Amino acid sequence: MNVELITALLVIGGAFLALIRAVKGPTTYDRVLAVNVFGTKTVLLLALLGYIGDRTGFLDIAVLYALINFLATIALLRFVETRRLT
Amino acid sequence: MLNYLADGLLLLGGFFAFSGSLGILRFPDFFSRLHPAGTSDTLGQLLILGGLSLRVLLDSPDAGLSVGKLIAISLLLFITTPASTHAISRVAHLAGLKPWTGEANNDGEATDE
Repeated sequence: MNVELITALLVIGGAFLALIRAVKGPTTYDRVLAVNVFGTKTVLLLALLGYIGDRTGFLDIAVLYALINFLATIALLRFVETRRLT
Repeated sequence: MLNYLADGLLLLGGFFAFSGSLGILRFPDFFSRLHPAGTSDTLGQLLILGGLSLRVLLDSPDAGLSVGKLIAISLLLFITTPASTHAISRVAHLAGLKPWTGEANNDGEATDE
């Protein structure tokens, strides 16, 4: 069992724990925080899987996912704060 | 020698990524959950992507483009993760969410929200 696979399994476990908090979370802010952490874990998992499967194209998807994750968090927060998206 | 360094960076980053999520699940209050989300995520992605770029560079020394993309992802996450954590805490504070100051029960959950 090589090291990249162990790291990928740890990242998957962390993403699962963040998902439990996103389902459970008492307030909306807990859910937004957990979804943000889940997105970061997804970026890491994409980079690791691109190395394991020898696909360099996964790195481009990871860059895009990091950008979209940040924008989605800010848009969600703006919607929660003002109930408008404009 | 550098191979072992890359292995150590990857495993340490995986440990930080897992323990940060464990903190998000187990901490009793929203404002205390911000701490593992902000810090250990930043450190974990830095270690994992650093170890991965070192491993890519050791496997094939002419893979400069992949290493550049990995460094770009790392820089991007290094800026955006603390920024989004700060934005979430600011919105929650402005919406009137109070920090919890009570006692925890045996499960580590807040007893009175």
